[in-house]
Amino acid sequence: MDSADRTGTQAAAGKGGMPPAIELREVSKSFDGGSRFAVRSMNLVVPAGTFVAIVGGSGSGKTTTLKIINRLIEPEQGEILIDGESVGSMPAYLLRRRIGYVFQGIGLFPHMSVAENIAITPRLLGWDAPALQRRVVELMELVDLPREFALRLPSMLSGGQRQRVGVARALAAGPSLMLMDEPFGALDPVTRDALGSEYRLLHQRMGLTTVMVTHDVLEAVLLADHIVIMREGSILAQGTPRSLMQEADDPHARALMDMPRRQALRVNALLDAHP
Amino acid sequence: MRIMDERVAAAWRVLPDYLGQHVLLSAAALGLGLLISLPLTIAAIRSERLRWPVLTFASLIQTIPALALLALFYPLLLAISALSQRIFGQGFSALGFLPSLLALTLYSMLPIIRNGVTGVLSLDRSIIEAARGVGMTDRQRLLRIELPLAAPMLMAGVRTATVWVIGAATLSTPVGQTSLGNYIFSGLQLENWVFVLFGCVAAAALALVSDQLLALVEAGAVRRSRARVLVGVGMLLAGIAWAGIPQLQRESTGYVVGAKSFSEQYVLAALMSQRIEESGAVVTRRTGLGSAIAFRALLNDELDVYVDYSGTVWANFMGRRDVPSRPQLLQELSRWLQREHGVQVLGSLGFENAYALAMRRDQAQALGIRTIEDLAMHAPSLKIGGDFEFFGRPEWQALRQGYGLRFERQRQYQSTFMYKAVASGDVDVISAFSSDGRILAEDLLVLEDPRGVILPYDALILLAPRRAEDPLLRRALLPLVEAIDVEQMRQANLMVDRDLDKRSPAQAAHWLAQEAGLP
Repeated sequence: MDSADRTGTQAAAGKGGMPPAIELREVSKSFDGGSRFAVRSMNLVVPAGTFVAIVGGSGSGKTTTLKIINRLIEPEQGEILIDGESVGSMPAYLLRRRIGYVFQGIGLFPHMSVAENIAITPRLLGWDAPALQRRVVELMELVDLPREFALRLPSMLSGGQRQRVGVARALAAGPSLMLMDEPFGALDPVTRDALGSEYRLLHQRMGLTTVMVTHDVLEAVLLADHIVIMREGSILAQGTPRSLMQEADDPHARALMDMPRRQALRVNALLDAHP
Repeated sequence: MRIMDERVAAAWRVLPDYLGQHVLLSAAALGLGLLISLPLTIAAIRSERLRWPVLTFASLIQTIPALALLALFYPLLLAISALSQRIFGQGFSALGFLPSLLALTLYSMLPIIRNGVTGVLSLDRSIIEAARGVGMTDRQRLLRIELPLAAPMLMAGVRTATVWVIGAATLSTPVGQTSLGNYIFSGLQLENWVFVLFGCVAAAALALVSDQLLALVEAGAVRRSRARVLVGVGMLLAGIAWAGIPQLQRESTGYVVGAKSFSEQYVLAALMSQRIEESGAVVTRRTGLGSAIAFRALLNDELDVYVDYSGTVWANFMGRRDVPSRPQLLQELSRWLQREHGVQVLGSLGFENAYALAMRRDQAQALGIRTIEDLAMHAPSLKIGGDFEFFGRPEWQALRQGYGLRFERQRQYQSTFMYKAVASGDVDVISAFSSDGRILAEDLLVLEDPRGVILPYDALILLAPRRAEDPLLRRALLPLVEAIDVEQMRQANLMVDRDLDKRSPAQAAHWLAQEAGLP
């Protein structure tokens, strides 16, 4: 393993003084009373400032893991620490106001304007009207939405514009932690690529910690600092994209990680064949 | 044509009262229904365990016919009132507004609850997940997301409930609540189809207008147009206020004249009302009441005066089975009413509406029959017809035992066909009510009861406890005592019952007053 590979374990050991942004300890969740586990004895450490992608097939437990972090799903066992603080006993809604959440369904509130959607979490936190308004303008600029969209209803926007609103809404209360569940999955490939890259820049600029679930390995490789491969409720392998593509031990992990490169080679071959 | 115009005019005259009371009742029932349904809806949304019982309960109520539901509340409230009387020394009226309100409230609940629950549960899951994801509490999610988004569905339920309640409120007339149903019930009784149609059209128009105003509110809520919501709500409130303010004023003043649900009662109520109005007082009429309900209403001072029959009071309300002589019965009855209930018997109108046996006059004369004693000798070769009730009544038992009556055959008829049967000779003797106008129309002879086995049914003017010594009422109504004979009453009844040259109860009452030589 190279040094970049070890970000997770290093932080877990508590080196450098700062606690990890997220730490899951021995977390388990079953939806059928314990005969099958969606997530089983999961340990995960996400250092502050990293962009982590969780990949794996459907039913691997990646979405469950994500929702356990902001307690949209309550685990049966284990402990969740955010910024080093155990959050299992605080009211879940207070936790969620501190964490940005974006998902494929987007879930914009159809009876609220773009501005009202973006401002929802700050409003729940009791911000005053001028502060809300300033924040909406700021966020719309940040996600590159024209200002005149503010009063429109979500039904009047395109898919890409809606997801920009979704990202803006998640960022509104200024969280340092973002959870994203297939955030760009329903978009056309061009929009998807553009939004992904733009978000990566935002992540960088704002010093966010991001955990993104995706089934698209190429997207994970291109955006994330650290990839976690899940299978049947457990972590199969994790590391930097580069290290996992070069030397994943597990055959399943290797099959998964080889795909982007194989596809790239085939595309190159295609281009070479027709000079 | 003129009769038609008069009937329409008569219908218009009472419209403000009927419509006003109908609006108030419906609005109160819907308001209360919403107040109860909304918390139940929220409970059913949040708790899967509560959902089934709540929805099943609401559906179950819907399967009870509205009329039965209204009728069931009367004995229930009567029992509760008696209990409250015993415990707190304070009862309440089990009649009119309260039973109607409760029954209609229950009736309004199903569409509101079902639409509300379905509306929220069918919301897009991603919206619910987003609401949780952005950090809403359960309460915030309900108030900011779920209820606003389910509002159109919920409003559709409220609109359905409104139409149902306004329709079902017409059925509150028999339990003593004035409503547009008064047109329908009295129209059916008097075969006044103008009234029946008028009542139906008025109820339908009211339902339609309310529904459209609610639709306006709904559209306003969906499009977030405050103007629409305000106009819709404003017009609804204005309608309720228009209905309510005169009712509040009316409550305190005027006399309430009651009538049960048959022609003679409508005529007598009209007669008494005319006399009270001529004395310069305001009169409200509550007609089409069930027999027991009219009596209870009088005891509770909800009616000030109505006419009941001595035999009805004796057998049904006093629960007596013996048949004393007429003067003795009248004396005991008056004393009982005064002592037990403070009700004053002002006097008898002068005629009876009793069970009687009647036959064609020519046939009776040919056979030399004047009394039931005479009939008994010929009975084995004669056929008797009765209405559906008669052969099960104690009067029939008493007649058979008292005179040893045995007929060749007995038949049952719907009452109209019974008269046709005796007229055409299909039967020789029928059971009749002694003041029925059809006795006149078919030229029948009512046979005398020399042995006095049939309970006397003298028409009595009864005054409510609070009006027992009322000078105006006594002055207006005392001239009616012993003023009307049975021939005159039959004639008046015939006027309103017949198909040709039909008169309104008010016209018949005028005729009766003139005929009886009232001042």
